[in-house]
Amino acid sequence: MKSSTIKVDYLARVEGEGGLTVKIKGQKVTDVKLKIFEPPRFFEAFLRGRKFSEAPDITARICGICPIAYQMSACHAMEDAFGIKIAGPIRDLRRLIYCGEWIESHALHVYLLHAPDFLGYEDAIRMAKDHPDEVKRGLRLKKAGNEIVRLLGGREIHPINVRVGGFYKVPDKRDLLPLAEELKWARDAALETVRWVATFSFPELDRDYEFVALCHPDEYPFNEGRLVSNKGLDIAVREYEQHFVEEHVAHSNALQSRLKERNSYFVGPQARYNLNFDKLSPVAQEAARSAGLGPVSRNPFQSIIVRSVEMVYACDEALRIIENYEMPDQPAVTVEPRVSTGYGCTEAPRGICYHRYRLDDRGLIVDAKIIPPTSQNLKTIEEDLGQFVQSHLVIQKDRLQWQCEQAIRNYDPCISCATHFLKLHIERE
Amino acid sequence: MTALAPSIVVIGIGNEYRSDDGVGIAVARRLRERFFAKITVLEESGEGAALMNSWTGATWVMLVDAVHSGASPGTIHRLDAHAEQVPADFFNYSTHAFGLAEAIGLARSLNELPPHLIVYGIEGENFSAGKGLSVAVEQAVETVVERAAGELREAMSNSDD
Repeated sequence: MKSSTIKVDYLARVEGEGGLTVKIKGQKVTDVKLKIFEPPRFFEAFLRGRKFSEAPDITARICGICPIAYQMSACHAMEDAFGIKIAGPIRDLRRLIYCGEWIESHALHVYLLHAPDFLGYEDAIRMAKDHPDEVKRGLRLKKAGNEIVRLLGGREIHPINVRVGGFYKVPDKRDLLPLAEELKWARDAALETVRWVATFSFPELDRDYEFVALCHPDEYPFNEGRLVSNKGLDIAVREYEQHFVEEHVAHSNALQSRLKERNSYFVGPQARYNLNFDKLSPVAQEAARSAGLGPVSRNPFQSIIVRSVEMVYACDEALRIIENYEMPDQPAVTVEPRVSTGYGCTEAPRGICYHRYRLDDRGLIVDAKIIPPTSQNLKTIEEDLGQFVQSHLVIQKDRLQWQCEQAIRNYDPCISCATHFLKLHIERE
Repeated sequence: MTALAPSIVVIGIGNEYRSDDGVGIAVARRLRERFFAKITVLEESGEGAALMNSWTGATWVMLVDAVHSGASPGTIHRLDAHAEQVPADFFNYSTHAFGLAEAIGLARSLNELPPHLIVYGIEGENFSAGKGLSVAVEQAVETVVERAAGELREAMSNSDD
């Protein structure tokens, strides 16, 4: 039997650290192991005994790329615990700050992390020499997202202005208007992005995924909705742990999530898109159609198009919110702690981010559970790689490695929620 | 952040919940106390595109970050981005794959590198989740602050001329 080993010690352009081993015996892929070293356990422990009001700022530190996702999930969980629901302009501002995070995260991923794969460059630095205008467009788009987060969040890294019940300070309408000017440019740039990425060629991969995302009756989901899948799941956020389970896997210190009834599932832009296409704004739907996407997009390599469509939507939605915004009388709703358990789940750029907190009568956290999107996609990524490598065994080793990295990046895995870089090993025996 | 284009900017990079990864932030905070209101001191996670935003408009930039190069903990590295390449695997512990080295590389590709850009890297020992610096790294903080302060005073006197 032919035997060989391919090792790649460094997988760039994936946020964080981890390792991938693909074992091939003869003509068969026998094992795929994606190692990601840590779930946010330190933070879960660190939160115990802290006041409920500290959770948004502490959990925001878990990730430098998606602090808003952690803040929003923490706030919604606490508000669920205290039995309050945020409406009106505060709710709109939360959608607006989330638009900012999606724009910056998606722009970073599409332009600087994923596009080089499709265009055959080792990285964005080399790509920038031939495509400076595209790279500059990506950087300016990212900055347009940053500006929203900075204005509403107080700071762009680890925003501090978000609190349980609302915000510490809210802008008046005049503060938001300068954002709108740049967002009009950004919406055009995002449309241009969709046209650009639609010209890429996409390796084939089609599996029978279970897509899971929030679904809300009236809007494309950021903060609220039921957890829904294309295979019949339809549950309230507080039922999450009845249907999903986190498991230790032998090869990793990380936890992998699976659906108790069916197994692996898929979260993130394509899951949201497939379950909520009809809630996208007309301009975003039209952009998707012109890029050749139907209301369902299954090939994960086309996630780069979906991410770009979501950028169009986020710019469009941000402009809509700014246009209709009226400053609220109070920046936050007052909350009264009570003995309770609260559940929150919001749509981080890379997929659903689940939080659960148990609180005592003084509002101190008794225990905390945080499940980031990446740990929910791990099993699906492993299965994608297994099938992809199996059907591409004939292609050259270095090309196969490249495409494995590209396939992992389909999920924009934010391993920085855990720690740093990813090592890739392909072993043939 | 101020709306004025700051000419002298110090950027501390890292995650203080990742043990020694927080050393860049620790140095930046010490320099902020010492040069209060005289220079712009920023804190960043290490994500490269955000770094490029932070130094936009600045003419004299100092980055301070944790390093994982295999040298002994607390070793201080100083790099001049105009004089040498920043090793890509040097700053892997800056949290993100599109990090400090990539930001410098991309800015160079786009001809957008600030006129003066130096990087202080402090060799870390422990990058696991948690707060607080290792002893050797803590000791290096003082030395880096002194050296950086000397350079900053010189830069400020030059910009006053």
